[in-house]
Amino acid sequence: MADMAISVEGAHKTYGGKKAKDVKKALDGLDLRVVRGTVHGVLGPNGAGKTTLVRVLATLLRPDSGRVEVAGYDVVTEARAVRFRIGLLGQHAALDEELGGRQNLEMFARLHHLGARHARVRADELLERFDLGDTGRKPVRAYSGGMRRRLDLAASLVTDPEILFLDEPTTGLDPRGRAEVWSAVRSLVGGGTTVLLTTQYLEEADQLAGRISVVDRGRVIADGTPDELKSRTGGDRIDVVLRDAGQLGAAVALLPVPESGVSVDVDRRLLSAPVTDRMTALSGVVRALEEAGIDAEDVALRRPTLDEVFLHLTGAGEVAA
Amino acid sequence: MSAYVLTDSWTMTRRELAHWARQPVQVVVSLVFPVMLLLMFGYLIGGGRAVEGAYVDYLVPGMLALTMAFGLEGTMLAVTQDLNKGVIDRFRSMPMADEAVLVGRSAADMLQSAIGLVVLIGVGLALGWRPQGGGGGFLGAVGLLLLFRFAMLWVGIQLALVAGRPEMVQAVQILVWPVGFLSNALATPAAMPGWLGAVVQWNPMSQTATAVRELFGGPGGEPGHVWAAVVWPLVLLAVFFPLAVRRFRGLGR
Repeated sequence: MADMAISVEGAHKTYGGKKAKDVKKALDGLDLRVVRGTVHGVLGPNGAGKTTLVRVLATLLRPDSGRVEVAGYDVVTEARAVRFRIGLLGQHAALDEELGGRQNLEMFARLHHLGARHARVRADELLERFDLGDTGRKPVRAYSGGMRRRLDLAASLVTDPEILFLDEPTTGLDPRGRAEVWSAVRSLVGGGTTVLLTTQYLEEADQLAGRISVVDRGRVIADGTPDELKSRTGGDRIDVVLRDAGQLGAAVALLPVPESGVSVDVDRRLLSAPVTDRMTALSGVVRALEEAGIDAEDVALRRPTLDEVFLHLTGAGEVAA
Repeated sequence: MSAYVLTDSWTMTRRELAHWARQPVQVVVSLVFPVMLLLMFGYLIGGGRAVEGAYVDYLVPGMLALTMAFGLEGTMLAVTQDLNKGVIDRFRSMPMADEAVLVGRSAADMLQSAIGLVVLIGVGLALGWRPQGGGGGFLGAVGLLLLFRFAMLWVGIQLALVAGRPEMVQAVQILVWPVGFLSNALATPAAMPGWLGAVVQWNPMSQTATAVRELFGGPGGEPGHVWAAVVWPLVLLAVFFPLAVRRFRGLGR
């Protein structure tokens, strides 16, 4: 598979514990393919196996079994070849906190075997590109969260990697820091870099990734473009906002779908339900509300959010398990 | 084995030196602590024994050896702290020589120990200690002390890799003290009960201390211990160096 930047087949990774109850299956037969030059989102809740996946791909952790290839090289037997081609932005800053930004970047450049002068030039470029030029000698531990993430990202780009792993790159950042990281990631796309991005934020995957793999309990439970995932899980939805929250119960019974599929938000006086035929559903709901004498403030058709997609997919996973 | 072991190790050594430059107080404290011990034993306890002049000649070489042994703690603490920092992930995901992280640490620690020796020897001389072994003996003694420190260093790295967490270092720190004092660093085994004297004699640190006393030409030196002071650390190195490198490479297995 020459056009695959990442190819994972049946990866298993179990964490320690001699007793059966201590054993945790972090990866449980995970399959994944990422096409070169794309941004691929790996979406899942805490404990789904996202970080384990990234650590396996970045040669930090050996899979127990399965075949894992990055840039065409095996992460176990050809780890060094993989390391020449990847950049890693982990969940926690992988920086020397005691040193300054420039010192960090020069050190990493030297460890990528750039010469002294080349390393200095590269550090300058990256500091400027990530707007860190005026941090002087300040140690990294005195940086703000956003600055630290930007420096961390700069450090993972020291040698323009073919493949960049971003493990929950915006977790713990304020909205401004998040926007900074997003724009930095967008600027990488188009340069030919393949990006694998894990996130718990559905919005983030939707914003940045061309394809998304939804991961739960160490497996991929769904895979596709954001639009495909949305239409695969129930398609369009109808939202109804009532004037009086007290009538929500009565309105639920009127909707042309099983009650189990309806979500209710009492604070916003909102009902939301999946529909198959848009126009039939819209006119049917409006007529039923009128006949029952229930006042609606708003009735609207919309595409599902990724949150709903995710709840749908993991909920289905629970039933199967 | 990568072609870049030396350059990468040098980069990692410079990282430690950059840490020193940023935290000079820590460096000074680590140099002052052995001096404080020397003064305490020399004046408080040695004074009590009323044999100050001769005791200083016995004590200073012993304190030099003890300081080298205690260096294990510093190494262990630094390695466990490093292992628990995020930056180790970046090092391990880069195409650098695996062992450079450890070799860089050992080079920096050896440099610090050499400086520590210079300071401690200077204070010893100021206290009235006079080595009699000549220049060759002096250099030989310093060489044995550094060799011993180098062995302790790799024992410390291996212990740190096994322990994994900084909290575990405390347990080892508590153990280092009795091991350090169950030696002839401060008192002669002749003055101890027979069984204790035997334990003390076999302590590798005692071998180094006795050999160093011999080479410095002071009291407590016995001929024939230099070979043991060479062999013991080499044996420790032969065991712990490969163990530590293998353990570091196997992280994440």
